[in-house]
Amino acid sequence: MSENWQQEEEVLGKAYDARLARRLWGYVGDQKRRLAVAVLLLLLGAAGELAGPLLVKLAIDKHITTHNWPGLVKIVLAFLGLALISAAFRWGETYLTGAAGQHIVSRMRMQLFEKLQRLSIPYYDRNPVGRLMSRLTSDVQALYELFSSGVVAIVGDVVTLLGIMVVMVLINWKLALITLSVIPLLLWITFVFRKHVRDLYRQTRVKIARLNSYLHENLVGMKVVQLFNREPKNFEKFDEIGGDLKHTYLRTVFFYAVFYPAVDLVYAVAIGLILFGGGHLMMAGAVTLGTLVAFIQYVDRFYRPVRDLAEKYNILQGAMAAAERVFKVIDEPIEVPSPPRALPLPIAASGQPSIEFRNVWFAYRDDDWILKDVSFSVATGESVAVVGATGAGKTTLISLLSRFYDVQRGEILVGGVNIRELDECALRRAMGVVLQDVFVFAGTVEDNIRYGCPDESLDAVERAARVVHADRFIRRMPVGYHEPVMERGATLSTGERQLLAFARALLCEPPVLILDEATASIDTETERLIQDAIARLLEGRTSIIIAHRLSTIQRCNRILVLHHGRLVEQGTQAELLAMKGIYHRLYHLQFGGVPPSDGVRDGA
Amino acid sequence: MRALLRLLPYLRPYRAQIVWGVLIAVGNSAAGVLAPWIVKLAVDSLSTKANSRVLGKYALLLLGSVAVASVLRFLLRKILIGMSRHVELDLRNAVFAHLQRLSASFYNRNRAGDLMARLTSDLERVRYVLGPGIMYPLDTVTMGVFSLTMMLLISTKLTLIVLISAPVISVSVFYLGRITYRLHSQIQDQFSRLSERAQENLAGVRVVRAFAQEERETAKFGALNDEYVSRNIAMVRVQSLFMPLIGLFFEIGTAVILLFGGWGIMHADLTIGDFVGFIGYLGMLAWPMIAIGWVANLFQRGAASMQRLNELLDSQPDIVSPLSPFAPEKMRGEIVFDNVFFRYNGANTLSNIRLAIPAGKTVAVVGRTGSGKTTLVSLIPRLFDPSAGRVLIDGVPTTEWDVQALRRSIGVVPQDALLFSDTLDENIRLGAGDATLEEFASAAEISQISADVAEFRDGYNTEVGERGLTLSGGQKGRASLARALLGNPAILILDDALAAVDTHTEERILKGLRRFAKERTTILISHRVSTVKHADEIIVLDQGRIIERGTHDELVARGGYYAELERMQRLREELDHMNGMANDA
Repeated sequence: MSENWQQEEEVLGKAYDARLARRLWGYVGDQKRRLAVAVLLLLLGAAGELAGPLLVKLAIDKHITTHNWPGLVKIVLAFLGLALISAAFRWGETYLTGAAGQHIVSRMRMQLFEKLQRLSIPYYDRNPVGRLMSRLTSDVQALYELFSSGVVAIVGDVVTLLGIMVVMVLINWKLALITLSVIPLLLWITFVFRKHVRDLYRQTRVKIARLNSYLHENLVGMKVVQLFNREPKNFEKFDEIGGDLKHTYLRTVFFYAVFYPAVDLVYAVAIGLILFGGGHLMMAGAVTLGTLVAFIQYVDRFYRPVRDLAEKYNILQGAMAAAERVFKVIDEPIEVPSPPRALPLPIAASGQPSIEFRNVWFAYRDDDWILKDVSFSVATGESVAVVGATGAGKTTLISLLSRFYDVQRGEILVGGVNIRELDECALRRAMGVVLQDVFVFAGTVEDNIRYGCPDESLDAVERAARVVHADRFIRRMPVGYHEPVMERGATLSTGERQLLAFARALLCEPPVLILDEATASIDTETERLIQDAIARLLEGRTSIIIAHRLSTIQRCNRILVLHHGRLVEQGTQAELLAMKGIYHRLYHLQFGGVPPSDGVRDGA
Repeated sequence: MRALLRLLPYLRPYRAQIVWGVLIAVGNSAAGVLAPWIVKLAVDSLSTKANSRVLGKYALLLLGSVAVASVLRFLLRKILIGMSRHVELDLRNAVFAHLQRLSASFYNRNRAGDLMARLTSDLERVRYVLGPGIMYPLDTVTMGVFSLTMMLLISTKLTLIVLISAPVISVSVFYLGRITYRLHSQIQDQFSRLSERAQENLAGVRVVRAFAQEERETAKFGALNDEYVSRNIAMVRVQSLFMPLIGLFFEIGTAVILLFGGWGIMHADLTIGDFVGFIGYLGMLAWPMIAIGWVANLFQRGAASMQRLNELLDSQPDIVSPLSPFAPEKMRGEIVFDNVFFRYNGANTLSNIRLAIPAGKTVAVVGRTGSGKTTLVSLIPRLFDPSAGRVLIDGVPTTEWDVQALRRSIGVVPQDALLFSDTLDENIRLGAGDATLEEFASAAEISQISADVAEFRDGYNTEVGERGLTLSGGQKGRASLARALLGNPAILILDDALAAVDTHTEERILKGLRRFAKERTTILISHRVSTVKHADEIIVLDQGRIIERGTHDELVARGGYYAELERMQRLREELDHMNGMANDA
């Protein structure tokens, strides 16, 4: 959760980056037509708006001064019609751009999500969920703003500005030159404003991030703050960071407060020039009164786009930075790639594949080896228990079998084929995996059991639940199989979650079963159910079980002892106990008090 | 709307700014409203008696009036929007200060993410009410009154005709705003669904992969995404009406003026200048009309957000010092649990705890995860109060102690060693900023953090946490221990603090601690027998009850939970020893 507030990547780049822009353009795809229509409507709308003052000029010069009432009515009707059409065009344009923007970023969001579905587990180890979430949410949103109010609106503003200039020149180039002489001043003001505001915007983002992360840290660590009577000091610092942010805000307020009135002032200069210069031209008979009025109206319409353009800059800048981050995810290489020509899973006549580890070395990081030269094999239909102290590398075995990671040295074979050559999905479907920490999805109990095989009927779900004894506790719930469960399964006990996971695995009838037994203590009644369920799960499956309970171990054909990443002993329980080696010790350590001679039989 | 009344005390310090704001707004509108009038005069003069001098005069007048208006406008923005930033800081500080007074039980109920949202986006919405929410209505009223007056001066009839459409603008902006708000919350709902799904998918990535459900997950996400997009597009449809509609009203006004103004000119009721001036005033009136509707929405949202902030401000701190608190010069460190019960979520986490720890003794607490060990020690520095029974320190119930005095004399090393993003020095000095260098060195020495720091380039000035060096679990634990020792506490509580420290270092720490612990009461929570075996008394907790108590030897002899723990650890050591030999071979 904390990552949301640690906007570590608050680096803002350029507002325009040709490489990124080209790539973004690629996403426009089938929205090109919509956007083309939008641009067309935009041009027509702008033209309509430009024609307004011209009609006013016409009305004054040709009709009002000559007292032509029917003519005036006609002009006013034309003016109204044009206004209506322009408004309709502008509506259409805004709508089309917004809709196109939505479709475009929706595609990016999906592409991002699909990519996240393919990125390998090591990537997830490095990137906290919060960070990935902000790629999917705030960054994509920033890109929407780019498409909706960024690009097309900028084109619109520029077209309007150019259009006004062209029309002015066409009506009267002398008056146009006089009026437009203020443009350099306007550009200068805008440039200075933009420069300061851009810097301030960047500072603001950094300071907000700092404030938020300090706040978050204090909320999460409030207990420590209070235990050490740190409240006054931390308040002081919070106030200081907030004050610093306020200072930046006040500076931003200052520049906005200068910019808008300054633009108003330039506007007044332009009107003054029209009155003074235009007045002279009019006295000389070079322009009509209508022209003068039209010019005043054009200057009015000149200023909105100028203000807008100055503000669009931040949107562009934010969007480019977001695009950079989104593309980084999309371009991320896949560390555990699927083979180009995947082989199907070879399954023996019995329907169950064999498993073999051949001199496997594995490390999550550098050469901090978790597994060292591990070799063993599990024959078709055989069940094997893996035991060892915490940190021996047992759970890693499961991750490797599911090919969440690739081994550095050696190979893992399923059905005699290196898993690197197998189709990933087929491999994982063949294995029913029950992890220690059972992940429960938000939804109903039924949905959760059906998770791996969504097409199974409710009957099949209930049957699977019955086999592993999950049926009973599910029926005890108010609405049974339709009982909603929370994310992370807060409403279920550890034992119940275990049983749920068993049902989930069993429903798909996997030929291989991989089970990481829960270590947590479970009440004896549930424990008995779980033990019986495990027995039923093992039936007719090649199985590897990370076992923590003696009864589980005794159900397996063979035992592998892992110690500090090495496979140190293997054999049946009787053989291992006779060796008086590590298993012998472990046996005492984990299963307590029972003397080895006392009723321990070979599990096979 | 009532929620916003709570803002009044925060505005009081800025009364002068508000008064100035009102005056300046009046002046700004008065000066601004001159411009169209000057243009009108100039245009009129052009059709009659124009010359350079007259034209020049009007141009300069125009410039002058706009210059005055611009300066006032600058001041208006700077004062009023600036004020909103000041109040924002004050309000944020007030909420933060209040949050600092709320106890651990409040933080158990409220997620940090939700509190963050209130202090960020809700606060921002409240600020909108204070800045633009005050400035624009001022603008609207003054500008509206002045331009309306000028329009009436030009032509009453024309004004009335044009004004027919004015309320339509305000009302439609208001209603569009309402619809937008409704659509917006629908979008937010869908957005929550979409992000929850993504969050779950990313957090459960291993399960998704293990069951090869990537395609199905993508399809589910896709369905939510499609709905999200279509809701957004519904919003776009309404929102895109906004600007064209406003433009249209303005154009219709212009058309009306053109028609009726033209009629007036033909019948010599009006001049061309009147006409031009009138259009100018229409433009000035349009913005206030839009602003009314917009500001109304701003207030609605601001009130909802303020309500959420008020909820925080109204949460009563449940752990506060009594009116006449007990605050002795020095704590002796005697602890008594007098038949203590603690209930959490309807279940007893602690039951019937009777325990007396004389000052200067060391007591160890062992037990399974969830047996209530951490809750037990949390009652001593009064992070929680017992549901029944009393905890007495030096014979005085904790509820009668001055909370700060109590906590100052208790050093806690919590389970999850939380360091702040700051230098290591600041982190260690967290509770004792005025400790001497010797004291600091001694605390660093006992906790063994000094050995780690020797390796850091910047020594104790090394930045740690989020923006600095990431420390290992063991290093964090040691820093956290040094922090607790530095306060020279009468009671030292170690809540499984050395779990992440390797056994050799632990040995050294424990040796140092035993010397340190001589004069103070120490409570050790641990899973390691090696940590607890020297304690004067060891208690075993199970489901909130004390099930065994005694010295190491007594408990081992008794053959209960502790004896079992001891035996398993002895075996583990042997095992490690064996493995060491195997590796050497």
